[in-house]
Amino acid sequence: MSKEIVIPFGPQHPVLPEPIHLDLVIEDEKVKQAIPSIGYVHRGLETLVEKREYPEYVYLAERICGICSFIHGATYCQAVETVMNVEVPERALFLRTIWSEYSRMHSHLLWLGLAADAFGFENLFMDAWRLRESILDELEATTGGRVIQGSCKVGGVRRDIDGETLDAMTTRLDGFRGELKEISDVFLNDSSVKGRMKNVGILPAKEAYDYGAVGPTLRGSGVASDARMLGYAAYGKLHFKPVVEDGCDCYARCAVRMKEVYASIDIIKEAVQKIPDGPIEVKVTGKPEGEYFARAEQPRGEVVHYVKGNGTRHLARHRVRTPTLTNIPPLVKMLEGCELADVPVIVLSIDPCIGCAER
Amino acid sequence: MGYFQMTKTVVKALIHGPSTIRYPAVPGKRTPISRGHVTIDPSLCISCGMCMRKCPANAICVERQEKTWEIDRFRCHVCNCCVEVCPVHCLTMENTYTAAATVHEGRELVPITYVKPEKPAKKEPEE
Repeated sequence: MSKEIVIPFGPQHPVLPEPIHLDLVIEDEKVKQAIPSIGYVHRGLETLVEKREYPEYVYLAERICGICSFIHGATYCQAVETVMNVEVPERALFLRTIWSEYSRMHSHLLWLGLAADAFGFENLFMDAWRLRESILDELEATTGGRVIQGSCKVGGVRRDIDGETLDAMTTRLDGFRGELKEISDVFLNDSSVKGRMKNVGILPAKEAYDYGAVGPTLRGSGVASDARMLGYAAYGKLHFKPVVEDGCDCYARCAVRMKEVYASIDIIKEAVQKIPDGPIEVKVTGKPEGEYFARAEQPRGEVVHYVKGNGTRHLARHRVRTPTLTNIPPLVKMLEGCELADVPVIVLSIDPCIGCAER
Repeated sequence: MGYFQMTKTVVKALIHGPSTIRYPAVPGKRTPISRGHVTIDPSLCISCGMCMRKCPANAICVERQEKTWEIDRFRCHVCNCCVEVCPVHCLTMENTYTAAATVHEGRELVPITYVKPEKPAKKEPEE
């Protein structure tokens, strides 16, 4: 006769890159229920908005997460700029787009490496991270920081990239695409990858939508929803189409991320062609008063930065809704009824970032 | 997928050697704009305190009376903010990282040697 037992999974676990804690109720190696509990790495970043002036808080907003740091900073700036009616120069918006896409590429390659590690393909893990290194070098050469770029500010960006460097970047991206082809063939066609990820963690389109999934988790279930379609920054001026897969399983989410790396290369190349000349920042004066929800697409999904100003140099409220937080209910749904051995792959398939979720 | 599809990658990996660098023996990669650590030229600093006020991590302390500039290397998160706001450009960002240190060595006190140039003497009103 089978007996129900509870296995605590995480916050520190060999296969988890992030400290997520789940209590798995299992019966006969099958997961009956997964109970998440978060709060392990809470840092109280949102309260700090009352102690730091709004231009200084950009540095803190960037440090919410180490992987999507640039997009966090850019979204916060976007929110404050809208509250203060600041007209950001075109060139700054294009530069933000280019750096956002670079950080998306490095995040996806990081995830692909971790996924390969989770299903035991060490060689592929190292190949993915070797490629990621070239993207990080590119970011360091243009912004000065490998992981925390610190190049976004309220009213524009801090650094400019000159035309020659931009051309060299596109040339290097062509070489990068060739190298990426080698690992993408393995991720998309290899039988051992398919065997580990096909029909694992099923999330039908309707459930994904109802449970509020965002990003590759939603697009892997066949729903074409992407915050970049709103046309924030320079996305409105570029030809952009969301990547959608309708497998509804972990493999589909992996394929979405793999194809988004190619999509990012195309977006950067188009942005480099269309980037206008001109200033990269405007002087911002005054104090924010009013409130705004800024939405942007992070590698993991849609992020919302809510900002409320009260007419002083310090904002009254700052609230972040990160993609991981919204992806936890779909994750719990996916885990119901799965095999215990598939849990790491399913948890990884939403690309959890607990540093983001708990701030 | 065919059996020999990854052969190319395997052969390339064998010939290419490691992609990582042998760090202490080979210096790490850095670019001219890499952010390493903040340095000060004490002969230029006018102890205005702009860097102290703008530092998001409260890592810098400028004492006007004692004429000292102090940085806590463990608090500093190398954001380049102080370098940007410095009105006399006495702060610079070096692209080498700071060496590992103990708790006692985290704080660095620099006496400011700036001497205010004397004002040119007022011209005597001509009679």
